[in-house]
Amino acid sequence: MQNQRVYLDFAATTPVDERVVKAMYPYFSERFGNPSSIHSFGQQAEAAVEDARETVAEGLNSRANEIVFTACGSESDNLAIRGAAFAARELRGANHILISQVEHHAISHTAEQLKRYHGFNLEYIPVDEYGMVNPNDVTMRIKPDTAVVSVIYANNEVGTINSISEIGKICRQRKIPLHTDAVQVTAYLAMDVEALQVDLLSIGAHKFYGPKGVGVLYIRDRTPILAIQTGGGQETGLRAGTHNVPYIVGLAAAFKIAQEEREKRVSHLLPLRDYLIGETLETITDARLTGHPNKRLPNHASFVFKEVDGNNLLMLLDVEGFACSSGSACRTGDPQPSNVLTAMGISSEWALGSLRITLGTQTTSNELESFLRVLPKAVERSRIQTAR
Amino acid sequence: MNKQTRVVVAMSGGVDSSVVAAMLVEQGYEVIGVMLRLWNESGQEAHNRCCTPDAMALARRVATKLEIPFYAIDAEQVFRKEVVEYFIDGYANGVTPNPCLVCNRRIRWGFLFDKAISLGAQYLATGHYARLDHNKHSNISLLCAVDRSKDQSYVLYMLNQAQLGHTILPLGGITKSQVRQIARDYALPVAERNESQDLCFLGNGSCREFLLRNAPSLHQLGSIIRSDGTQLGVHQGQAFFTIGQRKGLGISAPHPLYVLEKDIRTNVIIVGQKEELGKRELIAESVNWISGEPPKTPFHAQIKIRYKSCAVKGIVTPHNVTSFHIEFEKPLLDITPGQAAVLYTDDRCLGGGIIN
Repeated sequence: MQNQRVYLDFAATTPVDERVVKAMYPYFSERFGNPSSIHSFGQQAEAAVEDARETVAEGLNSRANEIVFTACGSESDNLAIRGAAFAARELRGANHILISQVEHHAISHTAEQLKRYHGFNLEYIPVDEYGMVNPNDVTMRIKPDTAVVSVIYANNEVGTINSISEIGKICRQRKIPLHTDAVQVTAYLAMDVEALQVDLLSIGAHKFYGPKGVGVLYIRDRTPILAIQTGGGQETGLRAGTHNVPYIVGLAAAFKIAQEEREKRVSHLLPLRDYLIGETLETITDARLTGHPNKRLPNHASFVFKEVDGNNLLMLLDVEGFACSSGSACRTGDPQPSNVLTAMGISSEWALGSLRITLGTQTTSNELESFLRVLPKAVERSRIQTAR
Repeated sequence: MNKQTRVVVAMSGGVDSSVVAAMLVEQGYEVIGVMLRLWNESGQEAHNRCCTPDAMALARRVATKLEIPFYAIDAEQVFRKEVVEYFIDGYANGVTPNPCLVCNRRIRWGFLFDKAISLGAQYLATGHYARLDHNKHSNISLLCAVDRSKDQSYVLYMLNQAQLGHTILPLGGITKSQVRQIARDYALPVAERNESQDLCFLGNGSCREFLLRNAPSLHQLGSIIRSDGTQLGVHQGQAFFTIGQRKGLGISAPHPLYVLEKDIRTNVIIVGQKEELGKRELIAESVNWISGEPPKTPFHAQIKIRYKSCAVKGIVTPHNVTSFHIEFEKPLLDITPGQAAVLYTDDRCLGGGIIN
């Protein structure tokens, strides 16, 4: 294979920080106890889980009893939407679910299932050309019988950051719970649930240099929610299953580092991102930035190229040693224009040629320079021959 | 960038294409594995012979083992249009089409070949059992596989010099048992996988069922008659019968009866006894000559009229670039319009065409 490979897909996943690995290590074999056990082994493990809970709670400006550990961001999303919808139906007969058009599938497919099999009314909040939700559109659609509202903090495909605090204000005035999927933003943006005015917030550790297979759902105190995974009484009955102690410890360690080093990371990433966006738009014809020009994640650049086969482009770049994404991971090669890009009004002749480049703490300007030497040629080779 | 020659290997998750990838890695090529996602009849996805999620996972594991990149490329629309519609149209027009031939022409050495070039590859390599000879002649020859029981030159007769010049067929020089041994040596997870036989897109059932699901208009009652016009019975659609077929006519007669001819216009099937069946000549069209040029004079050749049939002797007279006529030494019972007549002298494939 290639002599040198460059990873530019940090929105898909990140490597685990060495410091995080070190923090996790003792909890595999040495301190292996089950936090639910009475004895000292269990107590040691329980202490680790509760320390982790405290760390996460602090970082979110919340309390420890509002933190539920899950197995991933998608599970957090499922628990939030399903749990809040069923609880709201039981408590106040609420039957309406309101989500944005650019939610992660963990939200949209869950909501579609609630509609199809459980009779909820599902309504979508439109987005503008940048993939952003206008808070007025929430005001217009929210109803007394809305069970839950969900708006993604920053979209994974186009990186646009939503005005969650404004939407939170609207929901709070009407006492309707608001969920936000913050999986993409944890490494880069403030995560203060008071400022955001959210009631439910999802996190997945592997997007901020923590391990895969562990997540958090923040649940504001007194937000009605029903357990989705039942069994033992772990996580105050909201998430049954033996605690994944080393991974929970790893999540907390990574979260703490993300909080402490956020400014440093952002100031490293922003100039790189803007250099990449500027050069790409300059050197390639029929190229457009997708998502908001500046209200976007500091590590996130996404484009569409006219009449380009996006899958072909990804393959070409990979063969040249550059790992990127089309926006949402698609290993089967099925060419459907992304529903996020479609919702933003991008026609399929552009939308099929999408490319997402997401940077990480280790990304260098040298790497981007060599990437930018390869990209224009790769795009041109991937232009669809309409003559055929 | 390195200076290795880049090759795209068409991988199916089977033992043959996996071994091709392994051999080319060993020979020092920069290998890229590609699997085409072909068309799936809705509801029959799990029964497809190739490009199922299982096959894809297998190919991916092989690629990981060999440390080569692997990509799945969607070819659903182009396959549906070029191959599946060709298949259905062929039956509607009364012939017995061979979709593998058009797949090789339009998909493997069409769509995939173009993809390989656009990925910067010099060559496309497949697991077909056939050999290419670059030396003896001024241009490239297509030769039968050393393992004659596996020879697949028949399904490659349509390749032209430009395609052959960018093609590698590593399995032509070795036997199937050697292929399995190489797979075992590399501990490829596909070493003991079974052979696949049926058409990849037929799903779980017969060709007849497939046609009925996808082209219900082919179900059309018609008459079965003898060549003298005697009415013998009723059939459910000419498409479900092929020349030489004996079974499934639903007629009781003192002698076995065979399909002699089909009249598409009147939807009539003409049957008769075995003695009436044989034919000594055929005309083939949509001809390809491997060398790029038709021979100028009639010549003796061995001819295969089906993928798995034995070669028989005959005299071939090229009419023009796109058609030829064959007169066989002995009458043949199973000359089937829609299949290919492929021409050989000894182990060299000269080309072929579709039987008219």
